[in-house]
Amino acid sequence: MNAPMNPRKLRITTTSLSGCFGCHMSFLDIDERLLELAALVEFDRSPITDIKHCSQHCDLALVEGGVCNAENVHVLRELRANAKILVAFGACAVNGGLPAQRNHLDVGQCLSQVYRTPDGSATAIPDDPELPLLLDKVYPVNEVVRVDYFLPGCPPSADTIWKFLTDLLTGRTPRIEHPLLKFD
Amino acid sequence: MSVSAEISSLIEPILQRHAWRPDRLVQILREVQEAVDFISDETAAHLAEALKIPYAQVHSTRDFYAFFYRENRGRYRVLFSDNITDRMAGNQALFEHMAKRLKLERGKVSDDGLVSIDYCSCTGMCDQGPAILVNNRAITRMTLRRVDEICDLIRGQVPLDKWPAEFFRVDDNIRRADMLLGTPHEPGKAVRAAIARGRDGMLAEMKLSNLRGRGGAGFTTAVKWEACRNAPATPRYIVCNADEGEPGTFKDRVLLQSYAGRVFEGMVIAAWTVGASHGFLYLRGEYLYLLQPLEAYLAGMRAAGLLGRDIGGVAGFDFDIEIHLGAGAYICGEETALIESLEGKAGRPRVRPPFPVTSGYMGKPTVVNNVETLCKVTEIAINGGAWYEAIGTKQSTGTKILSVAGDCARPGLYEYAFGVRIAQVLEDCGAQEAIAVQVSGASGVCLSEREFGRRIAFEDVPTAGSFMIFGKQRDLFEVARNFAHFFAHESCGFCTPCRVGTVLMKEIMDKIAEGRGTQYEMNELLRLQQVLKPGSHCGLGQTAGNAVADTVQKFRPAYERRLAETDFVPAFDLDAALSRARELAGRDDAAAHLGEEA
Repeated sequence: MNAPMNPRKLRITTTSLSGCFGCHMSFLDIDERLLELAALVEFDRSPITDIKHCSQHCDLALVEGGVCNAENVHVLRELRANAKILVAFGACAVNGGLPAQRNHLDVGQCLSQVYRTPDGSATAIPDDPELPLLLDKVYPVNEVVRVDYFLPGCPPSADTIWKFLTDLLTGRTPRIEHPLLKFD
Repeated sequence: MSVSAEISSLIEPILQRHAWRPDRLVQILREVQEAVDFISDETAAHLAEALKIPYAQVHSTRDFYAFFYRENRGRYRVLFSDNITDRMAGNQALFEHMAKRLKLERGKVSDDGLVSIDYCSCTGMCDQGPAILVNNRAITRMTLRRVDEICDLIRGQVPLDKWPAEFFRVDDNIRRADMLLGTPHEPGKAVRAAIARGRDGMLAEMKLSNLRGRGGAGFTTAVKWEACRNAPATPRYIVCNADEGEPGTFKDRVLLQSYAGRVFEGMVIAAWTVGASHGFLYLRGEYLYLLQPLEAYLAGMRAAGLLGRDIGGVAGFDFDIEIHLGAGAYICGEETALIESLEGKAGRPRVRPPFPVTSGYMGKPTVVNNVETLCKVTEIAINGGAWYEAIGTKQSTGTKILSVAGDCARPGLYEYAFGVRIAQVLEDCGAQEAIAVQVSGASGVCLSEREFGRRIAFEDVPTAGSFMIFGKQRDLFEVARNFAHFFAHESCGFCTPCRVGTVLMKEIMDKIAEGRGTQYEMNELLRLQQVLKPGSHCGLGQTAGNAVADTVQKFRPAYERRLAETDFVPAFDLDAALSRARELAGRDDAAAHLGEEA
């Protein structure tokens, strides 16, 4: 009754760490429901807005992809520090996913194989400080920061994402059940 | 792929002895490994060809069991029992000492291919630990001196049979004997009594006695027997479950070592009652040393007319018992996994129903009973069900043997009528400063001091027999962490909640142990338990989180003093995870490092 006429829009930040942007594409697949969503939220740092850094006090962070290098760690920490709720968004964020296939190999071997000169005589691993260093393994998000929700799926379907967001936006505990809950 | 002529000549007699039967695969693998030390891929392919089964079947069965090796683990394979009671007795220091003396790392074979050392799950010697296995032969009461002696014997390549007999001594340690442990055994008396009662009469006495299974679940034995008897298919089978893998339990070992007559006669009586013609004793691989004495006992029974044809002079009552050995898989204590293993497969629990009583070994009606249960059967045959029913409590009749170990003056076996208080047991075994008791093993329940007034009975604290005591100097967090490691190792991998859940639980416990845990991990532990318990396929997963949940609830300070004060700590050292790439790129600038927090 006494609700303000223009409630504050919730602020969402999203990122893709070591992911393929498939989860973001699936997000866009909510199609015309984007308009409905736009009435309720605004996007902060996100590939959608191209804002480079989070403003403080985001309500929700969607993190796609696992953590494979130092930059991923910095981005993830920034989101965690500024968002009230952080979601591991999709299979790679939850488990490491496809990029984690490299966990069976030694990262040193990977690098020296990839940066070998054509005749195989020497390796030239780039040392530019601009380039983030690789971690020894690809880690799921929850091993680096605290995670509030896990949304599995490769990618989570648009309907799953919609159900998750609408639950959160309306103040309910998100509940994803069959057939929306899928791990593949 | 082919194996050398030498290996082939060693394998051939084994295959012959088992008549090239693929359902004997587990037994064949065990004997092959004993003969040639390990089962290489080539050997596996050779076996698959000889048995006319797919290579993958041999491969998967071999890889399932902890005691089968695909690679050379040395001619001497030393395994340290790593139950919490062994830990409390200092097994880790002994392990380190042996590793140092032999210049070995855990799980690695020495350069000359002579010896390897590793840890294994509880070997059932908790009252005389720390214990080890050398090529599956149990050695008890390890000390630093004994470690030195063993190192010398291994270096000198002395065959196991020539090692001092004292090493292999396994004591009974019976501390309190009641009707089972304290009554002299008269061979054949129970079988004759059962035959005199008739098949129906014996079943009626069983019903009267209200005997419940001693393996933990407490199912009424007479109901099981009757269901098997009424199943139309034949032949029927009697299986004695001696895969005593529950950490802290060793009562079956003593029963088989010194009371084997009762166990086997119990099986004969079960066969008489349900009309079975064949029996199996499934003996855990850790009790290999019992195999020969038990075989000899069976031979004696055959000679005395208590096994074989026309038992007890009853024309047509034919029954014989065969011993199968396990190979280091806790899950095979679950009855359907045990049956799978008997059939020569990996021990993965079946979907129930159908239950073994109608569709068990080879799809035929099968009764699976615990060692202790079968001993109780002989008492009922001799003394009658009404007499038996009068002992114990209303829902838990008779006596129960407890395997007491841990912080007490007199570890060993204690037999009580059901209904005994925990405090009474603690008093009897000389445990003055106990702060907790883990009843019924890693899958059981952890009781704190304020619960010592509770009673051992199906109505209150049910148990399969394990009774591990922890004194005031012990850290219950480490106890729970030991169990978490145990379950992660023993999960058969069949269902996801257990396969993944047990590993996650282990990793969270390790994270807390390293001081990287926070309140978040505490919540995660309980959340995991909520998935493990209702979501797992069999009892292993359903109970795997019990010890953690119990100790979180009852001994929370043991956890909390390890927690970091922050909101969250990463699961690993972030900066160290960059070191390999840093080194290869030859960088040491600020961006090449990760601090504790952004």
